[in-house]
Amino acid sequence: MEALKSLTAKALVVHRDNIDTDQIIPARFLKVTDKAGLGDALFADWRYAEDGTPKSDFVLNQPWAKGRAILVAGQNFGSGSSREHAPWALLGYGFRAVIARSFADIFRNNALKNGVLPVALGKTEHSKVLAALAADRDAELTVDLEMCALGLGGEHIANFEVDAFARHCLLNGLDQLGYLLHFEADIERYEAERSTRAY
Amino acid sequence: MSQQAQTLVDKVWDRHIVSEEPGRPSMVYIDLHLIHEVTSPQAFAALEERGLKLRQPQRTVATMDHSTPTDPRRLEVLDGQSRKQLDLLRHNCEKYGVTLYGIGHDRNGIVHVIGPELGLTQPGMTIVCGDSHTSTHGAFGALAFGIGTTEVSHVLATQCLLQHRPESFEVYVDGALPAGVGAKDIALAIIAEIGTDGGTGHVFEFRGSAIESLSMEGRMTLCNMSIEAGARAGLIAPDEKTFAYLEGRDFAPKGAAWQAAVADWRSLRTDEGATFSRSLTIDASELAPMITFGTNPGMGQAIDKHLPRPEDLESDQAAAELRKALDYMGLEPGKTLLGHPVDVVFIGSCTNSRISDLREAAEIFSGRQVANGVRTLVVPGSQNIKRQAEAEGLDVVFRTAGAEWREPGCSMCIAMNGDQLSPGQYAVSTSNRNFEGRQGRGGRTFLASPRTAAAAAIRGCVTDPRTLTAG
Repeated sequence: MEALKSLTAKALVVHRDNIDTDQIIPARFLKVTDKAGLGDALFADWRYAEDGTPKSDFVLNQPWAKGRAILVAGQNFGSGSSREHAPWALLGYGFRAVIARSFADIFRNNALKNGVLPVALGKTEHSKVLAALAADRDAELTVDLEMCALGLGGEHIANFEVDAFARHCLLNGLDQLGYLLHFEADIERYEAERSTRAY
Repeated sequence: MSQQAQTLVDKVWDRHIVSEEPGRPSMVYIDLHLIHEVTSPQAFAALEERGLKLRQPQRTVATMDHSTPTDPRRLEVLDGQSRKQLDLLRHNCEKYGVTLYGIGHDRNGIVHVIGPELGLTQPGMTIVCGDSHTSTHGAFGALAFGIGTTEVSHVLATQCLLQHRPESFEVYVDGALPAGVGAKDIALAIIAEIGTDGGTGHVFEFRGSAIESLSMEGRMTLCNMSIEAGARAGLIAPDEKTFAYLEGRDFAPKGAAWQAAVADWRSLRTDEGATFSRSLTIDASELAPMITFGTNPGMGQAIDKHLPRPEDLESDQAAAELRKALDYMGLEPGKTLLGHPVDVVFIGSCTNSRISDLREAAEIFSGRQVANGVRTLVVPGSQNIKRQAEAEGLDVVFRTAGAEWREPGCSMCIAMNGDQLSPGQYAVSTSNRNFEGRQGRGGRTFLASPRTAAAAAIRGCVTDPRTLTAG
C-alpha cells in the first residue's frame, strides 16, 4: 500500500447519498482476477452510455476533471456489496481520498486497506466544502492525515476521525497482513486451547 | 461472584479474542471461512506473492455461485472471463487443500445457503466470507459478517482478522405476524424505518416473540438483510428450533459431541439486564406485505400504500434523492404500485431461495398460470434444495404454471451469469438489492417476498398477495 501523509489536490463532486458499490463498479466488472485496470470501470453506468461512449453530463467526463485525486460525495458512501473492487476502481482512477457525510462499514475498511482515505464530515463542514467547490471547481483541498485535518485553500475546515491503527498503517504504507503474522505464537496458543473443547 | 450481564454479540466476541493491545483493533479468530470465485482470486494471489501457507484449510470451504449459469446447459453457456475465474478457484482449492463444492457437485449452491444446510454454520461461531450477505449465518447465533478481499487474504494466512468490538443494536419484533406476511416483510419494514445506514457500526440482535416464531429459514432471510440496513451482522439467539435444524446435518457434531455442543449453545443468549447501544421495537401484528419502489432497500413500504412525494420530505437532499430514484424507476409520486406491469419475476438468491420460500411461491402458482409476457425464473439456492423441491413436485408446479425451473446460483440477484434484466424492464424480485442496474443495466427492481413475487407473476403486475389465496 502506498503511504499517504498529506494530499493537496483538486476535487470532483458527485453529490448523491447512498452511492452503493454497485454504482462505484457494476458487478459485470468483477470477473477479473487481479486488482489493476479497474479505473476505467469506475462509475461505469453513470459515466458511459450503453455503447461505451462517455456521457457528456457526468462529472468524470468533463475535460477539466482529469487527474483529480479527491472525490466528494453525500451520505452513506459505499453501501451494499463488500466488493473491494470499489476502492480498487477509485484508486485506479486516481482518487486517494473520498470526502462524504458518512461511509458504510465494509467500504471504509476496504478503502483504508488500499490507501484510499475516507474522510467523514459533519453537515456544516460538508456543506462548506460543497459551497466552496460550487463557487470554484478548481479550489484545492488539503487532506492532512498526520493532523487529521481538512483544509481548503489554506483555510482549516475540519478535523476528521480515522481509526488510529488504520491511520498508522496508511501513514507508513504498511499492510496489516505483516502485522497479523507477528502474532503466530498467540494464534497457536488460542488454537491449542480450542482443540480441547468437547465438540 | 456475579459476572456483568452480557449481550449475545459480546459473548460470541469474547470467545474469539486471540490477542488484544491498547490502541489496536482486537485480533479475532475465525471459525469458518467461506469463499467463492469472485472475491478470492486476489486473496490467493497475496498468499502466493509472500509464499504463505493457508493456515487452516479445514476451516475453509469453497463454492461456485456468483457467475455460474443457471441454464441447464451450464458450462456450454459460461462466458470466458467467468470460466477463467472458476478455473482459478478450482486450481487454488487444489493447491491449498480447500474443499470445493463446484458446479455440478451435489453440495453446490449459494454460499449462504449451503453453509447452514450442511451444518457448517453453528451457534457461537465467527464466520466470514468475501460477501456482504454473510450476515445470513447470524440466524444460528453466529457472529457472521462480510469482508473485503484483503481481509480474505488475512483469514487465509492467519485464520484471524483485526476488528473493533461492534456496538449492539436490539431489534425487538413482538406480536403475531398477520397472514401473508413473513420474514422478508419484517426485514423490509425495518430497513424502511431506519434506512440503509441505520445499522452502521452495529450488529443487530433480533429478539421478541415474532422472531422466536420464525422458522430457521425465515430467520436466515431476516439476518441476510441486516447488511441492507447498514449492519455488518445480525444475529438471533439459538433455541430448540436451531438445534432441531442442525441435528444430523453433515458437518454438525455427532453423539457425545452433539450433546456437549447443545449444552454450550444454550448459554448463547443475551443476559437479563444486559444493555444494547441502540434499540428498535416493531409491532409484527401491524406489518403488511412490503415492496420497494426506489433504488435502495430502504425505499420500501406496505404494498397498498401510495408512493411518497418529494415535496413532503423534510430535507432538500432527501427530496432530490427520492426524485432521482422515482425518475430511474419511471414512477410517479403519489401513485399506487398495485397494478404496475411487471416484465420479469425472479424467485431466488441467498435471501429467498430455500425450500420454504419455494413452497410459499408454489402455493400461489399451484393451479394457476403465469401471466402472458412475464418471464418467471425460479432458482433454487442449492442442489440440495433443488432435489428436495423436485421430490415434493414443486418443479412440476412451477413448470406447469409457465415458470422456468433453473439450476442453483446467485443468478439474477447480481446478474453476473447471464440472467439479467434488459434496460427499462421491471422485475419483482425476492433478492436483496434494488440498486440501479443491479439486476442488469437499466433494469428496475421491486424487492418483495416470495409470496408477493409469485402473485406478480400470476397477475402480470404488482399484486397484494393477500388477494390471491393458495390455489
